Amino acid sequence: MGLRRTPLYDLHTSLGAKMVPFAGWEMPVQYGTGVMAEHLATRETAGLFDVSHMGQVIIRALSKKNSDAALALESLIPANYLGLAEGRQRYGVLTNDKGGIRDDLMVANRGDHFFLVVNAGNADADIAYLREHLSDRCEIEVIADRALLALQGPAAEAAFAPIAQGASEMKFMDCAVFESKFGALWVTRSGYSGEDGYEISVATDNAEALTRRLLDTPGVVACGLGARDSLRMEAGLPLHGQDITPDTTPVEAGLGWSIQKVRRTGGDREGGFPGADRILAQFENGPEQKLVGLRPEGRAPMRAGTSLFVDADAADPIGEITSGGFGPSLQAPMSMGYVPAEMAKPGTALMADLRGRRLPVSVTPLPFRPANYKR
Amino acid sequence: MKYTEEHEWLKPEADGIVIVGISEHAAEQLGDIVFIELPETETEVAKGDEIVVIESVKAASDILAPLDGEIVEINDALEASPGLVNEDPLDGGWFFKMKLADPSELDSLMTEAEYKNFID
Repeated sequence: MGLRRTPLYDLHTSLGAKMVPFAGWEMPVQYGTGVMAEHLATRETAGLFDVSHMGQVIIRALSKKNSDAALALESLIPANYLGLAEGRQRYGVLTNDKGGIRDDLMVANRGDHFFLVVNAGNADADIAYLREHLSDRCEIEVIADRALLALQGPAAEAAFAPIAQGASEMKFMDCAVFESKFGALWVTRSGYSGEDGYEISVATDNAEALTRRLLDTPGVVACGLGARDSLRMEAGLPLHGQDITPDTTPVEAGLGWSIQKVRRTGGDREGGFPGADRILAQFENGPEQKLVGLRPEGRAPMRAGTSLFVDADAADPIGEITSGGFGPSLQAPMSMGYVPAEMAKPGTALMADLRGRRLPVSVTPLPFRPANYKR
Repeated sequence: MKYTEEHEWLKPEADGIVIVGISEHAAEQLGDIVFIELPETETEVAKGDEIVVIESVKAASDILAPLDGEIVEINDALEASPGLVNEDPLDGGWFFKMKLADPSELDSLMTEAEYKNFID
């Protein structure tokens, strides 16, 4: 099967993007100025990312009661969606029977339905799974005629304000619809960079015009998947398929915060999601392994797949790096990976095998760089 | 100046010694370079050995020994300033100097014009 293209494909190539295959899509990994400059522009002013490859899905209760849609979602996701106010968005994970993570996603309450954004690589599987389990209670509508943009960075608010009246008043994880020159914009104040910003769903036909308008704003820089990855890593945000997988649980991944009290042991809607036994037991007893930040000594980046050891001589690895690279804002290498819980304390010294040599790394709190959200 | 299909350039000095770096084209393709691991001096290398590791923001790549020989000097400046390879790949961003086992092998490499054709 050929690679899919977003509505912005022609714009990307005209801007000099280097296009690469990603999760079945042909996506820009970087533009002319390179990953480093794009990353730093997002931290200093604003970056604009095409994230149209991500899946956009609407869940509507057949009963027309949005609380029924909330409960349906809660049967698959350990989060409190019944208590999520209209106009608010909440992060969640779809769990499997082992308590592992099928995918992570954003869920927004839009009054008479929920709006979901799921990872590109899992979108088809997620949609089939939602249909399989929720079709008796909900209509699952895949949104195929809208692009998705992420405008991220301290200048995002000023850049978007002239386009969407009132968007400046939104707080982190608010969700709203704005009528604009570019048609109805479905907007959340969120992202994947550790910066303030918006994710903007726009009709395919208006996507290029909106993108051009945003890129005409001084300080707004087109950014590719390369910068998206280094930004999210500095922000300590896990990537599904690497840092979180069907074999790792939300508790192990440090995502316990996404499981509100009401879904935990003793809560009003305790459990009732796939893998609840294992996940609730891990809250009680602590998980065996934990996802941690790792700072390599020196400048050599340590990437996914690098084995971790207790010391220079140990024969067997105790863990593995799941994401790693160089942090342009940190000006240092950074990695994330799983280690046994007793070695997860910040400051713990470990060794990593880099091309046959053992080099020191130390456990570091995540994020590597504090987030800059508008609370 | 001679070029390899691996996008290295070799600039002959005296006594069968060549300076080795990577082409502007390669530096551009690699993107922002953040770390370079160079071989140790006095290392004997064979053509095709992976002797330099280059890390860009996104990925790691290897640089192969262009010919047989011995590493006689490395560019220490790259440790602190790996970005030199992006800024000045043909001069300040050189990697190492090597003494060729057989200097006549240089003749088998591409000229600048041939390399330009090769990358087009």
